[in-house]
Amino acid sequence: MDPFHATTGPACPLMAANVDTDVIVRIQRLTDLEPDALGPYAFETWRYRPDGTPDPAFVLNRPPWTDATILLAGPNFGCGSSREGAVWALKAFGIRAIIAPSFGAIFYNNMFQNGMMPVVLPAPDIEALAGIARAQPDAPFQVDLQRQVVVPPNGTPLPFEVEARRREALLNGLDDLGLTLKRDAQITSFEGADRQARPWAHEPGA
Amino acid sequence: MARTMFDKIWDAHVVADLGEGTALLHVDRHLLHDLSGGNGLDLLKARGLSVRSPHLTFAVPDHAVSTQPGRTDGSVDVSARLVPRLRTHTARHGIKLFDINDREQGIVHVIGPELGLSLPGLLIACGDSHTSTHGGIGAMAFGIGSTELMHVLATQTLVQKRPRTMRVTFTGMPGQGITPKDMILHLIGTLGASGGDGYAVEYAGDAIRALSIEGRLTVCNMSIEWGAKIGMVAPDDKTFAFLEGRPYAPKGPRWDEALSAWRTLRSDENAHFDRDETIDAARIEPQVTWGTSPEHTISVSARIPDPEDAPDATRRDAWTAALAYMGLKPGARIAGTPVDHVFIGSCTNGRLSDLEDAARVVSGKSCAPSVRAWVVPGSQQVSAQARAQGIDRIFTDAGFHWREPGCSMCVAANGETVPPGERAMSTTNRNFAGRQGPRARTHLASPAMAAAAAVAGCITDVRTSL
Ligand code: SF4
Repeated sequence: MDPFHATTGPACPLMAANVDTDVIVRIQRLTDLEPDALGPYAFETWRYRPDGTPDPAFVLNRPPWTDATILLAGPNFGCGSSREGAVWALKAFGIRAIIAPSFGAIFYNNMFQNGMMPVVLPAPDIEALAGIARAQPDAPFQVDLQRQVVVPPNGTPLPFEVEARRREALLNGLDDLGLTLKRDAQITSFEGADRQARPWAHEPGA
Repeated sequence: MARTMFDKIWDAHVVADLGEGTALLHVDRHLLHDLSGGNGLDLLKARGLSVRSPHLTFAVPDHAVSTQPGRTDGSVDVSARLVPRLRTHTARHGIKLFDINDREQGIVHVIGPELGLSLPGLLIACGDSHTSTHGGIGAMAFGIGSTELMHVLATQTLVQKRPRTMRVTFTGMPGQGITPKDMILHLIGTLGASGGDGYAVEYAGDAIRALSIEGRLTVCNMSIEWGAKIGMVAPDDKTFAFLEGRPYAPKGPRWDEALSAWRTLRSDENAHFDRDETIDAARIEPQVTWGTSPEHTISVSARIPDPEDAPDATRRDAWTAALAYMGLKPGARIAGTPVDHVFIGSCTNGRLSDLEDAARVVSGKSCAPSVRAWVVPGSQQVSAQARAQGIDRIFTDAGFHWREPGCSMCVAANGETVPPGERAMSTTNRNFAGRQGPRARTHLASPAMAAAAAVAGCITDVRTSL
């Protein structure tokens, strides 16, 4: 997995509530494209007009946000379908960190699995950041995992929380699978004991 | 200490405590489907790993398959690519596949309970957010992403952070013509699409106990639509009667042993929930969504909301965008809105009782000529049972198309879409922009409401057409 230390770049305010993963990427794209080819299809429902041309009214079509590495988002970002392709599409677009008051639970986990950083901050703080981003779109923001802060241009750093285990994993580019494989013996012993307690769980239909 | 049902099931699955409320959990059943399964097995192979517990892993093609009568893998491109891949991979790893036209085939969340793969107290994972459905049986079931899916394949475990607990109690009894779909839509409208973020929810109260197992599955199905990854109902005698004799349920003395264990699963009397919510079931009316989030739901007798009345700026903007997308005017009555398509099916409402509900409304009537109406049974078994009762004939006589089991127009992954700009009433779970096809307009409702709309040609209160 790619590690994540920090990202510095334009922060695009996309403040709608309940942005769902169907809108982030259509299921159809995931059946015929590889993850890194999904960039042009991120938010296609909102990004293009019916004739296929970019809709200038959509924020991610407006420079410098075409090069955004940070999204400033509304509550429940990434709700809905479990499709990890939503994370792949945003990553392929160039997004590295998303700052929202809350996230869809499966999307949130999927971000960590792909070296991307979800940051939870209170909604009023994000509103304030969005105000700055709109006033000075070219001024870079920073999300720094090492220091656990969001740094707006010329502003005071805002601290954020992240579990130590997840922070370590992102900083070092470790995924859960490598660590769990080392616990093979522990899993086997759990299974042995649990098979006594709940045999039906281990032998479907017997 | 008094524990909730969720606490009991979680605790029974902890292989290792990883600190900070995170645990490594054992997965009892891993369900694969055609969009996520083959891909996960590819990823596994790329890392040189094999499937740790193929005997706990089951696969079924449902999302990508055509639902055209007489379908094969090749009926649509996407299934021609994905279904053979799933078949090859599952055969190589010794995973049981319920193949495209086998009698066990169906939507993954319909066949799990139907085959007895889903049992009370089990931890069930699937690369699909509606895995919460299986909570209706009393399981702890949730959706996972592709990387997590590969983790389960390789280790039969998952790393998860323990969610907070919430109990939603439905007090009172719903009135005539009110279905489980109306109950859950009303709940989502009340608590909001993010109301359950971070929670595992237990649905309780007399109105939940009174529901059939199929009804409980419908309620739990839509947990994720208000942010709760897990929704569950404590198992009871109805649950046990539903499961007994199912092909993958325990048998003989083991059934009795399981039964005594399952009876202890319910939340203890004084168990602590982090949050408690109450919904008055008696006040629920037939629901229909007007916007692009499941929280955009109103009673069929109500008027379409005006963004000027929104409680805050975020919602005002969301309502304005939703109304523009849906082509609706604020202040107008939702009833009377003409529909072009009616879709009855999905893991929310594709079970036998759903088709029976809809058939009662349709019986002896016909579809409005302007409406294209489809019934897509949730599984081969549902289809067979419905046909045995003549339900397929009630629909086809009324001008509905009777299709083969699959997800179909719920997600439109197989190319079965609602055309751009057209309006559908769907018994599915998501009215997201573009979900049923680019620029498709979706109204979510119960099977009875959808059937009534097919007959009337517009959104209508099913209680007046019964
Ligand atoms: S029926 Fe719809 S919601 Fe259910 S699994 Fe299929 S695509 Fe997902």
